[in-house]
Amino acid sequence: MIEVDQLSKEYGDVTAVDGVSFRAERGQILGFLGPNGAGKTTTMRMLTCYLPPSAGTASVDGYDVVDESMEVRRRIGYLPESPPVYMDMTVDAYLGFVARIKGVPTNQMRARIDETMEKTGVAHVRSNVIGHLSKGYRQRVGLAQALVHNPSVLILDEPTVGLDPKQIIEIREVIKSLRGEHTIVLSTHILPEVSMTCEKVVIISQGRIVGEGSPESLTAQLKESDVLHAQVLGPVEAVGEALRSIDGVLDARQEGDDSQADSWVISVTPGQDVRDAVSRAIIDGGFSLRELRSQDMSLEDIFLRLTTEETTV
Amino acid sequence: MRNLWAIYTKELRSYFVSPVAYVIAGVFLFLSGYLFRNILMQFNFWCIQFSQRAQFMQGGMPNLNLNEMVVTQFFGVMDFIWLLVVPMLTMRLLAEEKKNGTMELLMTSPISTVEILLGKFFACLTLYMTIVALTLVYCGILELYGDPDWGPIWSAYLGYLLLGGTFIGVGMLASSVTENQIVAVLLAFGALLTLWLIDWSASFAGPTAAKVLQYLSIIQHLQDFQRGVIDTSDVVFYLSFIFFSLFVTTRVLESRRWRR
Ligand SMILES: Nc1ncnc2c1ncn2[C@@H]1O[C@H](COP(=O)(O)OP(=O)(O)OP(=O)(O)O)[C@@H](O)[C@H]1O
Ligand SMILES: [Mg+2]
Repeated sequence: MIEVDQLSKEYGDVTAVDGVSFRAERGQILGFLGPNGAGKTTTMRMLTCYLPPSAGTASVDGYDVVDESMEVRRRIGYLPESPPVYMDMTVDAYLGFVARIKGVPTNQMRARIDETMEKTGVAHVRSNVIGHLSKGYRQRVGLAQALVHNPSVLILDEPTVGLDPKQIIEIREVIKSLRGEHTIVLSTHILPEVSMTCEKVVIISQGRIVGEGSPESLTAQLKESDVLHAQVLGPVEAVGEALRSIDGVLDARQEGDDSQADSWVISVTPGQDVRDAVSRAIIDGGFSLRELRSQDMSLEDIFLRLTTEETTV
Repeated sequence: MRNLWAIYTKELRSYFVSPVAYVIAGVFLFLSGYLFRNILMQFNFWCIQFSQRAQFMQGGMPNLNLNEMVVTQFFGVMDFIWLLVVPMLTMRLLAEEKKNGTMELLMTSPISTVEILLGKFFACLTLYMTIVALTLVYCGILELYGDPDWGPIWSAYLGYLLLGGTFIGVGMLASSVTENQIVAVLLAFGALLTLWLIDWSASFAGPTAAKVLQYLSIIQHLQDFQRGVIDTSDVVFYLSFIFFSLFVTTRVLESRRWRR
């Protein structure tokens, strides 16, 4: 279980994380979603006791990351952005080393290492030197390293970055197979990853949480589309004016360039269905309406909306 | 203790799987062998010279002491070679971990900074003493053909253990402040040379300052050991120097934990 309360981190003048709060329950996979520079890595580093928070608290299984750091470190497995491997070690020796410093009892070590290698699919390269492995395999070894002491909490920073599609799917399967046993926080900026693997999503942008919930509820929340697409034939000025004057319409603009001069994007006050009013206004104005549809927002749209419009809202 | 041992074995292993340990040992043995040969030839030359002139001399032969003229002189030049070599052994110890991101693994594991540092320190010291011990061969050669006094030899080796620890402590501190190994090695050279030459300025300083500067010179304290004198104050000097540099290194590494 992870509890984060008003966590902040400043690097000099830069506020990388700004009052972030969320919870991940035992056995849950929480997706930490955000664009580059959003503060995902920084938050994870605070959760793993690598960086102290500037303000706020975070706890792992009830232990505070600052005051009871040793207890927290015993309970977490952490895969940083780039796998923390020693290039000159064999996979076997490396996992042995990690198991030792993570405090795996000597008599269980062999079994733990074998089990994790099996789980992450690196058993057949166990006696290879890590420096000679491909990027994907190094990533797997990194994941194995995070799992070797069977931690109750797993923190994975972009675990599938830089892998080929087949390996991405495999790694995702590995992560999904861990559901239930471990509390997992994984960060990513790839959306399908979240909808495919996570029960809960926290969207972070510029250090702040801009959305939170299950992938379904996040989609539902914003499904009452606030964007309408319309194809209207008529003089541009007049159509624009007519559309903008409708109650509930915030803005109407042409989509794309001249070739699509008749395609309009209409933004609407959220939760208000103005489709009837729009079609009536177009007909009344003497223009012809070719098409009118409300845009179904994918998680991708929500993500882009939440994270890119954050500054304009 | 278990953690310390894990770090120690990992570190020692990594010295011996890379060519670094062998290259350094090789270069060191070549240089020290060359110096030993020259010192020995010189001694030989004097012996012949004096024995030829002995008949013309009043009061017989001057005292040609093997210990003083070969052993002490040989150990004296080795100090300087070590000053150049140890920073190359220590430069990667922490800088490389930071660069590769493995520091993140160590610092988020249930293991204390002190354990990390001591594991690395003793690994480096072990490699250093292994190479130092190889020079026993030269002393063996002396034993074969001459009659050296082994007391000063052993005390000189004790001095080397302490001096090596001090060099390694300073080298680790240099390695902890950067992720760049070149920067680490240069910082260590700078710091060690300063500590080496610090007593030079003593002659121009006031009486109290001179004493302090002389005391701080890492090389002054070694001379007693090479003469066969084990003075507790010298031992205390080196041990406190090692303790101090490791302590500061701990602080540097942990600074990220309390720098909010
Ligand atoms: N050591 C540092 N010193 C100064 N600023 C930093 C440092 N680390 C991160 N930052 C800044 O903090 C912000 C958040 O960075 P962070 O690495 O947490 O983002 P992220 O969400 O992990 O991004 P990405 O998806 O690219 O990995 C960025 O603006 C970054 O420039
Ligand atoms: Mg990141």
